[in-house]
Amino acid sequence: MSGADGLLLDIRDLTVELRSPGGLIQPVDKVTFSLDRGKTLAVVGESGSGKSMLCRAILGLVPSRGSIVFNGHEAGRLSAGVMNRIRGRDIGVVLQNPLSSLNPVMTIARQIMEPMRCHLKLSKRESREKTLNLLGAVGIPQPHERMACYPHQLSGGMRQRVAIAIALACDPQLLIADEPTTALDVTVQAEILGLLSRLQRERNMALILVSHDLGVVAGVADDIAVMYAGRIVELGPTGALFARMRMRYTRALFDAIPRIDEPLQRRLPDIPGQPPDFSALPVGCRFAPRCASAGEICHREYPPLTADNADRHLFACWFPCAGTEVGR
Amino acid sequence: MADLGRKPGITFYLACGWLALVVLCALCAGVLPLHFTLDQIDSDHLAAGPGGAHLLGTDAMGRDLLVRLLFGSRVSLIVGSCAPLLGLVVGLLLGMPAAWCRGWSERLIMTATDVILAFPALIFLLVFTAILGPKLITITLGLGLLLSPRFIRVVRANTARFREREFILAARIGGAGEVSILLKEVLPNIMGPLLAYTLVVTGYVIVVEGGLAFLGLSVPSPAPSWGGMIAAGRDVLEEAPHVVIFPMATMFLTVLAVNLLGDRLRGRYERS
Amino acid sequence: MSGNGQKYLLQVENLIVEFPSAQGGRVHAVSGVSFDIKAGETLGLVGESGCGKSSLARAIMQIPPPNSGRVLLDGVELTSRHNRELREVRGSFQMVFQDPLAALNPVKTVGESVELPLRATGLDKKIDVRKVAYEAFAGVGLAPEQYFDRKPAQLSGGQCQRVCIARALISRPKLLLCDEPVSSLDVSVQAQIINLLHDLKQLRGLSLLFISHDLAVVKNISDRVAVMYLGRLCEVAPCTGFFLAPAHPYSSALIAAVPRPDPRQPGGISSLLGSELPSTITPPSGCRFRTRCPHAQPLCAEVQPELLEISPDHLVACHFPLHEEGRC
Repeated sequence: MSGADGLLLDIRDLTVELRSPGGLIQPVDKVTFSLDRGKTLAVVGESGSGKSMLCRAILGLVPSRGSIVFNGHEAGRLSAGVMNRIRGRDIGVVLQNPLSSLNPVMTIARQIMEPMRCHLKLSKRESREKTLNLLGAVGIPQPHERMACYPHQLSGGMRQRVAIAIALACDPQLLIADEPTTALDVTVQAEILGLLSRLQRERNMALILVSHDLGVVAGVADDIAVMYAGRIVELGPTGALFARMRMRYTRALFDAIPRIDEPLQRRLPDIPGQPPDFSALPVGCRFAPRCASAGEICHREYPPLTADNADRHLFACWFPCAGTEVGR
Repeated sequence: MADLGRKPGITFYLACGWLALVVLCALCAGVLPLHFTLDQIDSDHLAAGPGGAHLLGTDAMGRDLLVRLLFGSRVSLIVGSCAPLLGLVVGLLLGMPAAWCRGWSERLIMTATDVILAFPALIFLLVFTAILGPKLITITLGLGLLLSPRFIRVVRANTARFREREFILAARIGGAGEVSILLKEVLPNIMGPLLAYTLVVTGYVIVVEGGLAFLGLSVPSPAPSWGGMIAAGRDVLEEAPHVVIFPMATMFLTVLAVNLLGDRLRGRYERS
Repeated sequence: MSGNGQKYLLQVENLIVEFPSAQGGRVHAVSGVSFDIKAGETLGLVGESGCGKSSLARAIMQIPPPNSGRVLLDGVELTSRHNRELREVRGSFQMVFQDPLAALNPVKTVGESVELPLRATGLDKKIDVRKVAYEAFAGVGLAPEQYFDRKPAQLSGGQCQRVCIARALISRPKLLLCDEPVSSLDVSVQAQIINLLHDLKQLRGLSLLFISHDLAVVKNISDRVAVMYLGRLCEVAPCTGFFLAPAHPYSSALIAAVPRPDPRQPGGISSLLGSELPSTITPPSGCRFRTRCPHAQPLCAEVQPELLEISPDHLVACHFPLHEEGRC
């Protein structure tokens, strides 16, 4: 991702190691990517692919190895306290279930004002004014009246809007949204995604959008990273990736989406089996046991993450898809 | 997941060991090779210190402390285990239907528990022992009845959490009757937290029994109980503190051990 | 009763579900819903969250019975039955829930959960319950030797949903109600479960009431579609006609809101549904959709539109249904 001055987040060989009953596991394994200001990166994968753990590592919530350079500051070089202050102010987070991420006994206004007063040292009046603006910006009707509401008085979509307002309270440069629409209706999903991408454009903010559904991120992401069993298996610009899905897992993930523009009663091409257990990873390509095109080498050696040409579309597959157009 | 398998610490094993020892002593007090009988008065050694023929010494009347401590543990253990169990059974019998049926039966049961909770416990026990006489069964029954409103509340709260759960609906759809749902689906889910609560109450009851014995409301002398021994020892507290210290230490350690177990059990269920 | 020679398996007549709200007043969850399902047919029920889909499903399952209206299964009325009589026929209509983990008793093995319907009806004295349960496990694609004695927490979401389907099918029901059975699952697992339902439908001649907020999923599995809004049905139509030419403005908006997995035409944005669902305690007079409908006229506020046939089998409740050319 180009432009050195536009670079906001640069991650190299990020590895998270955790102790589990099955021994040491690495739910994030040598992940490398970078993200420019004002761009959206979608991280896609099944549950248990390590995508949420990646977010936690970026937020500094779990210990990790490798380098995370955020806004020119390298995480390892600064003291933990300073880094936490930077993260608290400059990175906003939206989680999957707004009901459990919001405090049930605090009005939404207080929950939005709290980070402003803590990190930006705003006065009560200033933060109140800003909260009103924010609630309007995230599309909450009659923000004046809604400020005194408690989370349970709002619908699911409205709660997620409040959660986004909280994440935006300190004008972050990076917003991490972990499955922000999964708990919502299809109709509301589209609105929340539209809202996120509008806010991101208006504020020139970078966005990491985590989802299990390639279809959901298609319309909003600039780049897509597909994760499987802790590793990035395909990474590229959305247009190029959708035009030619190379890694077979990406393609399978895409084919499994039921589509409204498909004929009725079609049998969906599902992916047999489930992602491997981190404590018992297969040798070679981690997707090989579920892959119909796996050859002998796939069970022996891990395929490197490379590009065909000099372009930015990387994939890790010994026998990549021929590259036919995806449009069916 | 990983937390659940956390290994218990040394205190846990010490607590288990102590309780096992106390229970064993209570069970075998009759067959242990003791040099003295329960009521045997050794008038040569009144309030004698530990050591010599009397391992833990004697009380003011010259009775062997060790023997009395061993036999006295039976009272504490019987009251400490039976009264909470009685409370638990009453709690299950009334608390589960109260949570399940709602409506007038719930209101009736809950009002009754509120009334009992508001009634002064000591006066209730005084009247109760006055009518039935100060016997082991009286004190157990009385404490069990006094505890049952608390158990009813805990059972009801725990049961109510499951009323709208989907696996309960699934069992109902599967054709299970309400009684069978309560017994086979709900009960196994609430038993863990309830047992933890019962253990905590056990520790409390042992202390309460000691207090009642002190007031003369427990088993009448000369039958031994830890509380009774402490009460009898206060007359010679200055010359022979060991007469009070030994039963007090035993009771203290037992209650502590029970509470440690209860805490660990409670922690386990709260985490899961 | 049986129009054009086909037998109705399920008939729902004028079902009403109301309950007191926590904030006071009464929630009108289902207000006079009628529809039917033929033997072997799949009806997809679509609507936003809060529209009364789940209340309708539970009323049909008699957990608890509806406030008024009739539910007939195979011509036999369920609504007037006493508890004991109802339990005897429970086996012929079963249900699968949205959250598979919540629908399984956490302290019992999944095998015990699957056996429950047989034991509850006293069949354990006549047949080898364990053997039948093993067959049920194999029937949903789970190896019984491997999974029978596990606790729900030791299985993945998709596996738990398979267990729930096995439990629902063990009493050989004729009707299976699926309340959002795939909404809490990953895309890849969702495809597995939908395909499994496809197979079971064909194998056993099952009738399905498939409830979902995702029109793409509904399109994939249903023969007919029913759209529900705020406790009432807006449109009931065969799948082919419905997706080609929806007649109710709400149906058309729902279809437009479905995101397409294609960066060139993501779709998914619908100006129509931007506003919030009105309250179910004080629903709008007349047509309940009028507050969000772009075509609303004064008549819509006064007269409640009836569900009328506009073409064979295509029913619409709208004073001004969209004409062929006006539909999207």
